[in-house]
Amino acid sequence: MSDGGLTPSQTVGPYLAIGLPWPDGPHVVPEGSPGAVWIRGTVRDGNGAPLPDALVETWQADPAGHFDHPDDPGGRHTEFRGFGRCPTDDGGGYAILTRKPGRVPGPGGVEQAPHIAVSVLARGLLNRVVTRIYFADEAAANAADPVLAGVPADRRATLIARPIDDGYRFDIRLQGDDETVFFAL
Amino acid sequence: MTPAVYRRDDGTVHPPLLSPGYRSTILRAPSQAPVLLPHTLTELTGPVLGEGRVTAADADLTVRAGGGEAQGQRIVVHGRVRDENGRPVPNSLVEVWQANAAGRYLHKWDRHDAPLDPNFTGVGRCLTDASGHYRFVTIKPGAYPWGNHANAWRPAHIHFSLFGRAFTQRLVTQMYFPDDPLFGYDPIVNSVRDERARQRMVAAFDLAATVDEWALGFRFDIVLRGTEATPMETRP
Repeated sequence: MSDGGLTPSQTVGPYLAIGLPWPDGPHVVPEGSPGAVWIRGTVRDGNGAPLPDALVETWQADPAGHFDHPDDPGGRHTEFRGFGRCPTDDGGGYAILTRKPGRVPGPGGVEQAPHIAVSVLARGLLNRVVTRIYFADEAAANAADPVLAGVPADRRATLIARPIDDGYRFDIRLQGDDETVFFAL
Repeated sequence: MTPAVYRRDDGTVHPPLLSPGYRSTILRAPSQAPVLLPHTLTELTGPVLGEGRVTAADADLTVRAGGGEAQGQRIVVHGRVRDENGRPVPNSLVEVWQANAAGRYLHKWDRHDAPLDPNFTGVGRCLTDASGHYRFVTIKPGAYPWGNHANAWRPAHIHFSLFGRAFTQRLVTQMYFPDDPLFGYDPIVNSVRDERARQRMVAAFDLAATVDEWALGFRFDIVLRGTEATPMETRP
């Protein structure tokens, strides 16, 4: 019963695929959209085993750096949903079709490098874990990014998506060697 | 206007990611401490979902188009979604999924020896109204065994997914039913270490929401992360 305090998080469990995926979830933009790129990756556990029961959700600005949200300084930009969600397949793989985000304001008025906010939900995760996707072809912007600057230098590479034929690759390692950097939100 | 800054998780409510009693956490909980993320415009905004994505029929899990009625105890589950400041969260997507009355999920991996119900998929969604209120009609899910340890049974529950109005407010939780004798044995419930916080996951029987001759009512209010008071307000 509610006492007005925060409701605790619980795991999505193994059967999240009943309730959370949408047919168009992985499509932040429709196939064939100009500038569309796939972001593909595999979610793995501490043994390196792929997770077939995870969900990757993404949230981002449009290529001009605007969010479809009333608190964006320019108001809602409804032409770009900004949100993607994709359950992992039996091999732990996910793929999201989107456009590369533009730059948005950061702490202290410093512009942030292009990035995508990511939530990973899965059986065995009692709360979502949060990370960010940055882009390897934005080296100068990444070097000046105020959030990346707060990440230990030897772990920053886990946040950088690498170019592939049809977009970028961003693998997620929940635990162990090359563990992805996760953020306290 | 600069959006408000959301309260930081103080570690007293949400379960620790590594909760070894729930075995699946052992290889999935990150081992490194998380890095503090400033709340930038990316985190202070979030998907505005629902319009055009949800129909009224999606809030009734007991009837499927062209099919019959689901088996089991019909229930109404309703409540309000608010933040820690007590403000309603209006027009926000609520997604639910659950096992059927026999404790079986419509999922290829669920091999529990219990019948599937051809009239029950176990998925629903709705939007909160202007005051943050939501309402579903469904059937009471059954408990089911899950193999985490010897004779392990999950208490009956409904999974809830909420977006709030910012990336910071995203929450997935489970709603439980009052007085379930399995609470004391369930490592997922007990991953939440504070008793008061655990009680927030338990719905209350609600006679006022009970529909005579038709369905029992339960109330489940949900509280998402709130915002910090501004520095001006905290100074004398």
